[in-house]
Amino acid sequence: MSGPAPTPTPEASKDSSQLRQKEMIARHFDRLAAAPETGEKTAYTFVPGNLSELLLSFDVLPVLPEINSLQSAMRGRSADYISLAEKLGHSEDVCTYVKSDIGMLKSGNIGPTGQRLPNPDLLLLSYTGCFTFMKWFELLAQEYQAPVTMLQVPYQADGRITDDMRRYVVDQLRRKVIPTLEQVTGRAYDEDRLRECLALSAQAEDDLVAVLRAARHRPSPIDAYFGAVYYVGPIFSSFRGTRAAVDYYRALREEIEQRMAHGLGPVTPEGEMGAERFRIVVEGPPNWTSFRQFWKMFSDEGAVCVASTYAKVGGMYDLGFRHDPQRPLESLAEYCLGCYTNLSLPTRIDLIVRYLEEYEADGFLINSVKSCNSFSAGQLHILREVEARSGRPGGFIESDLVDPRYFSAANIKNRLESYFQMLQQKSRNPNPVAAS
Amino acid sequence: MSTPPLAELVARAEALYLDYRLGAVREWKRKTGGLAIGYMPIYVPRELLHAQGVLPVGVMGGREDLEIIKGDAYYQSYICHIPRSTIELGLNGSLDPLDGMLFPAICDVIRNLSGMWQSLFPDKLAHYLDLPQDFDPELGGRFYRHDLERLSASLVERGARPLTSEALARSIELYNAERREVRALYELRRTQPWKLPTHELYLFLRAALVLPVEESTELFRQYRQAVLDDPGRKPLDQARVVLTGSFCEQPPLGLIKTLERAGCSIVDDDFVQVLRFIRSDIPVGDDPLGALVHAFLTDAMASPTRYVDRGRKGAELVQRVRACGAEGLLFCAPSFCDPALLDQPMLVKAVEAEGIAWTAFKYAENSGQFQVIREQAGTFADSIKLWSNA
Ligand code: SF4
Ligand code: SF4
Repeated sequence: MSGPAPTPTPEASKDSSQLRQKEMIARHFDRLAAAPETGEKTAYTFVPGNLSELLLSFDVLPVLPEINSLQSAMRGRSADYISLAEKLGHSEDVCTYVKSDIGMLKSGNIGPTGQRLPNPDLLLLSYTGCFTFMKWFELLAQEYQAPVTMLQVPYQADGRITDDMRRYVVDQLRRKVIPTLEQVTGRAYDEDRLRECLALSAQAEDDLVAVLRAARHRPSPIDAYFGAVYYVGPIFSSFRGTRAAVDYYRALREEIEQRMAHGLGPVTPEGEMGAERFRIVVEGPPNWTSFRQFWKMFSDEGAVCVASTYAKVGGMYDLGFRHDPQRPLESLAEYCLGCYTNLSLPTRIDLIVRYLEEYEADGFLINSVKSCNSFSAGQLHILREVEARSGRPGGFIESDLVDPRYFSAANIKNRLESYFQMLQQKSRNPNPVAAS
Repeated sequence: MSTPPLAELVARAEALYLDYRLGAVREWKRKTGGLAIGYMPIYVPRELLHAQGVLPVGVMGGREDLEIIKGDAYYQSYICHIPRSTIELGLNGSLDPLDGMLFPAICDVIRNLSGMWQSLFPDKLAHYLDLPQDFDPELGGRFYRHDLERLSASLVERGARPLTSEALARSIELYNAERREVRALYELRRTQPWKLPTHELYLFLRAALVLPVEESTELFRQYRQAVLDDPGRKPLDQARVVLTGSFCEQPPLGLIKTLERAGCSIVDDDFVQVLRFIRSDIPVGDDPLGALVHAFLTDAMASPTRYVDRGRKGAELVQRVRACGAEGLLFCAPSFCDPALLDQPMLVKAVEAEGIAWTAFKYAENSGQFQVIREQAGTFADSIKLWSNA
């Protein structure tokens, strides 16, 4: 999965929450780098539907290969890694996250902070919303001696979680995942500890939702697509269930509420954004190789993303889900089942239509990434259905996550400019017939 | 029972293969008034549908002759071809005789197609068959069984007979008989490939997808008999190869013919896997539904769409190459097919470790030009023959 959590860009104006996040990430990578000496156990695992609290309750440190891939892209390394993987026989047709990770691994496994990542003690394959995860870990299983434990998360094909699905996940947690963690760490499962972590998760989740909902305000104090990748970073990755995450989200919420009170818009990598001209909902992951350039194409036009599906790949908190310490394993199961790419296409369509209304957006844009069939297969259908149901115009651009060969800046800029022009005309002449 | 002449059987199989509009299914429905349910490639438990009086119908996308008018508007260029041809067939009315579709959990494209089907054809059944990737009977097995019970109940809601153990036991026996016939054909091709060119066998595999199992089994039997009786087919000097990777979107028939003309004798393949996905007879016992589930958990082919939780990746492929005495391996996958292409480096590693020669290329179901592949396969076949004659 295209999971967020890039290191905050150095040039961005530094709010205290951003500094805090940067420190959290640095500390985490220090611990990872030192793990071979300290003996701390590490598990490689994925972003969507991750079992952070459970790992935390065993004091296992997560390594998230997707994050490594996107970090490699932001640091300009992914092109070399992908090309190395292709030289080693990986097809040009498949997900570039996998190839970037394999290339990084074959180049010494140096992580985003320049330190070597430790080999895993466990490959925890919890695959929510994408089959590529399964293949990815079959590939990694050939590289490492670590045991692999797999958690299959059923797909919400009919738009709901059934008792059978929940039970299947819980049973796998009880009978496979937890015993493997006990074996790897030599420690017994501690449900009280897990409950404590889940309670902390829920607190942070409340504050994250308040931040995301701030985009309903005019002007929106946040960018809920580009900006949100920073906001969701800690909760989607290694920090959910920690006190540090609770403190981070409290600080972030306060900052955002202050911005809102002062009528300020989002902060972009170039500084404060100008007047809000367009409010946009975005579907699909961002491009990481030209992230800032991509964001600037929006902010230069006064376009603010007020909601995005990408900010939900690691959990649908805004729809009310919270980790629940009273039902620890059931709640972990519901979390895994509920992540965005595990939703059926009709549910995804409903959600985007709902965002358009709730956030009073002028239109929506789909960034279709070549890598990711989980997101992309069906997006043209989503485009038509959402347009038909909401009456608001949709735009469609194509790029990739971490392969710079598929980010054609001029082409994307052209398309975005025409799209914004069209929104502009439509706002002058709201009669849909004339506008279309 | 007398066997119709080979040419007549081939013509019948070809006509069934070519008929996008599912004339045989329309005819079956007219005669029986039963439900017909389509399914996407690789595997669905056809026995369950049959036991409820439903005709399972395999939908394998299009060919080079299907004009895609609407389907392309649903898919970006970097997505494989089969979903767009399937949408095309749905929208142009070819699939009208189907009362629903099953979408087995094989990849994200098929998964998302299940949702598109729900919204494009709201009156039809669209069931996502969430096949387990955990093969413990108490975990994946129990989940899968419940999913099958849910599917069975949905069929009843649409007018199918309720499922009974007796009927399911009988259906399993019928499909066992079909599996035996298919195994026998594959065995015959393994031992005397010149008698059974793959481009011809393939037509029968495809024809079986639109026929009731009783008829497809008989068609396979007749074909085998006719081939055995035919004195005209003589051994050819060709390289024996296994073809892998074509388990979902199918290659155009022209591609199979091209490979054969280039000197490759295909002695094992991944085509139309639903007919062989369960490798042996399913022992019925006193819990036929349990037997169906158990067969999926323990006796299915090592498909790239199944998680390898134990054993060595590629071990089964190596074993298949060895078992059929093949001299080489063709990786022949659809462009943009994630399961096939993500698997390929691991399989390459496994076969190289065994010193098995291989080559790889990609196709789309609607490809019409095979010049490059012809040269590649020809060179490969020549090098194998040279090597084995050295
Ligand atoms: S296919 Fe998509 S969801 Fe899956 S690993 Fe790649 S980017 Fe992530
Ligand atoms: S051809 Fe491959 S990617 Fe396409 S639908 Fe079939 S299995 Fe999925």
